[in-house]
This record gives sequence, structure tokens and C-alpha cells, in this order.
Amino acid sequence: MSSKEKTWKEISIAGVPPKSSIGFMTGDWKTYMPVRDLEKCTTCLTCVMFCPEGAIKWRPEMGKIEFDFSFCKGCGICANECPTKAITMKLPEE
Amino acid sequence: MCQRMPHESNNDEAARGIRMTPKIKQETTAMNGDEAVAFAVKQCDVDVVAAYPITPQTIIVEKFSEYVANGEVQTEFICTESEHSAMTACLAASATGARTFTASASAGLALMHEMLFVTSGSRTPVVMAVANRALSAPLNIHGDHSDSMAERDSGWLQIYVENAQEAYDSIIQAFKIAEEVGVSLPIIVGLDGFTISHTLERVDVLSEDVVKKFVGERQFPMVLTHEGKTVPFKLDPENPMTMGPNALQNYYFEFKRQQVEGMNNALKGIQEANSEYAKISGRSYGNGLIDPYKLDDAEIAIVCIGSTAGTLKVIVDQLREEGMKAGVLRLRTFRPLPVEELRNALKNVKAVAVMDKSMSPGGLGAPVFNEVRNALYDIKQHPIIVNYIFGLGGRDSSPRDLRRIFEDLTKIAKTGVAEKQVHYLGLRE
Repeated sequence: MSSKEKTWKEISIAGVPPKSSIGFMTGDWKTYMPVRDLEKCTTCLTCVMFCPEGAIKWRPEMGKIEFDFSFCKGCGICANECPTKAITMKLPEE
Repeated sequence: MCQRMPHESNNDEAARGIRMTPKIKQETTAMNGDEAVAFAVKQCDVDVVAAYPITPQTIIVEKFSEYVANGEVQTEFICTESEHSAMTACLAASATGARTFTASASAGLALMHEMLFVTSGSRTPVVMAVANRALSAPLNIHGDHSDSMAERDSGWLQIYVENAQEAYDSIIQAFKIAEEVGVSLPIIVGLDGFTISHTLERVDVLSEDVVKKFVGERQFPMVLTHEGKTVPFKLDPENPMTMGPNALQNYYFEFKRQQVEGMNNALKGIQEANSEYAKISGRSYGNGLIDPYKLDDAEIAIVCIGSTAGTLKVIVDQLREEGMKAGVLRLRTFRPLPVEELRNALKNVKAVAVMDKSMSPGGLGAPVFNEVRNALYDIKQHPIIVNYIFGLGGRDSSPRDLRRIFEDLTKIAKTGVAEKQVHYLGLRE
């Protein structure tokens, strides 16, 4: 787990959450995260279509692809489907 | 009400715990273990009792419902449709800050299994008396420890008592132990089915105001809520908080570690409750964790839990007269396991027999044996430790049977060899 998480001594007992459910992002679940190589990416949007969480967004007004890590579960489908192998799955500390 | 008896001089001190001169006047009554538990609960200012009757625990619930019907207590008594519901009701009541009690045994406790983990994980200090009974099949209503031993890892504190007097005393202590801020864990007080639950004994009781003062008001640990407030840990409309949320890979483990810390803190809490209670009642049970008897210079010793200790102490007295250096260690607290105390108490003993009134089919011996042997493994010169499984389904163990264990231990201590680790005492082979 990443170092920003608190230790057992720092948190309230019995799972009482210090923030409401809005504050808990499902993206916290992931182990690996996708890292995109902008030089290899052709903006073909295959990853946008395959992402089961809708966590990769196409911004036509900017002509850019955005990853929303608040919801990305790290499943790696984008990396697997990318035709130019522009996406690799890495641990956060890498 | 309990039958009153004239105050008699106490001849069986060994079997009844050490008695000091009590500073506060007490009433001598005759009650069985179940009645003693119900009477203790009556005195502890309990807000909610949710329970379902099962032999041999029934008298506890029966007696307590009488107190409710007679208006002798202000307790909310909930007759649930099952033990699973009883434990759920207790958990929920305790979460609101109510002092909560229930009782069960055998199949009833097994039906609570799921909710036992929720109760301990939710850090709700429910007190439960378990009149220990065998589990089916074959169907058997009599006493052994199979039920609560199967809940060993449920995160509940576990204290086992030796007689009805200790059942009364331990229930009172249990509220104090469980509700301590650093502990905040539920607790089982185990009393041997029928042997203690249904046997009429002399029980000295304190007055209600003395008990209420000892137990005190329920204390709450502080928690940080989603509103950023640090408030007492209880459901309160003024200070809303989320209880029982999910905690996945990123936090579940940390919450489990906190429960271990609660257990560690209870080691101290149980000893303090024992010594503090001794001051008002004149009764103490070892240091609260272990109750050694003639163990200081013992070469052979038996470790047991529950009522068997009473018989063993009598046998030890006989053996001592015959010149045999024998002793008994009654493990009063099974969870948390008093590892250091066990090591210190048994380090100079040559051979130890651990008695288990439950079994772990397919394992090497039964739970108490596993735990005690495990604790002693790290002593450089640990004693030879063997297991005697006995009394399953309420089978009686005669003093002659128990004496045979000491004879076996003498042989083991002399030769330094144990031919086998696990024995079945009183089994037709």
C-alpha cells in the first residue's frame, strides 16, 4: 500500500471513516496503474472504448486523452488492448 | 429470589479462590451458576438484554426475565427469534452506548458465529455468559468446551470460571474489563454446563450499590468522524458517524491489528479488575489471568480451565501429603492468552499435562494444549507437555482418573520421555 495511507495507530477504531463516502475514491483499490508513453500514443481511442470503468476520457476540445485515477481500478485492459503498446502497468512507486 | 442460608465457615478455600477479609458486608445466598450470573447482571445496571434460551443457559434468561417482569430492573429485555438475532440486537444496542448482555451455549453460540466477528470487529463490549455445552452430533446437552473453543478466533475475550461464586464475580468484572476504553471488546464468561450452571452452591453477593460503583458508567473511546469532530464512539444523532463500513485491501488489516491491541490491553485490565474486585469482595482468582495452586516448587503440573480445577486442587492436596511435588494451573483467561504468565509459572516444572474438554479432530491435540505448548516453546528448557482430552459430552472424570494423570506425569518427569502426546482420559479403548 502506498505510504499516504495511515497506520493502525493513527486511525479511529472499528472502521469509523474520517470522511464521507464522497471522499473515498474507488480508484484507491488499484495496485498497478497505467502509464502512457505520449510518443507511442496515436490517440486512436481504443483505450477509451475498452475501459470498463469509463475512467479514460476523450477531451475533443483539447484533443487529449485523460486518465481519471480516482476511478481507475488498475485492471490493465487498456494496456492489453493498446495497438501501439503505448500503455504499461506500473506500481505507483515505480 | 434466592434461597438464603446462614453464614457458614468456609472449609473449601482452595476450590473457591483465595478469601481475604471482605471490607464490605455481603449476603450469603445459595444459587446455581446460571442464577448467579443472572443475579450479577441484575446488579450491573444493564440497559439491554437480548437472548434466546438454550440448555444449559436457559436459567440465566429465565431468571432475568423474572427480574424484568417483577420490575426489579429497568432493562429492555428483547426476546429474539434466534441466537443470530440475539447477537445482532446486542451489537446494535451496544453501538448506541447501551450496556448489553446476552447468554448462550452450544448450537446457540454456533448460530451466533457470524455476528460474534461483527461484534468484536465493531468494538462493542457486549458481555455474554456461555454455559459451555457439547455440540451435535450426536445430540448432547451436557458440559464440555467445544462451543466456545470453536469461537477462539472470533475476537472475543474469554474467561472460564471454576464455580458459581466465580461466575457471579466474573460477570461483574466482565463489564468493567470489556468497557475499558483501551479494550472495547466483547467478552465471553464461560461456566461449565450443568457442573456449574445447574449446581446449587454457596454464593456470597455484594450489595447492588457496591456493584454499580465498581462497574461504573460505560466509557467510550474517541473517534474522528467525517464531520471532522472527535467524539465518543457511539451512535448519537448529535454526532453522526458511520459504523460498520467496508474496509478493503487498504485498511481492513489495520483494523484487525487494532483488535489485537485491545486484547493486549485487556491483559492489564483483567488483572486490575481482579485486584480491585478483591478489595471490595475479599475474593480474587490468581492474578485474574492464571490461577496457580501449589505451583511454586512443583515438578509436575496440570493445566486446565473451568470447574475441573476444583477437583484437581483436592488431589494435589492429597499428593502433597504423600510427598509428591504436584501443582495445578487453572487458565482463567484464555483470550487474551497470558503468555508471559504461563511461561513464568511453568518454566521450572518438568512435566505438564494440559487438559482439554474439547477436541480438534485431525489436529495434534486440542486448543488449550496447542496454546499452552506454543507459549512454552520459546523457553530454553521447556517442560515436556502432554495433552489429556477428557469429559466430552459431559462425561464425568473421577478423582481417580485425574490422579492417574499425575502418576503418568511422574513417570514422564523421571524418564524425560513422553511416549505419546495426546491421551483420551476416561475413554473406553
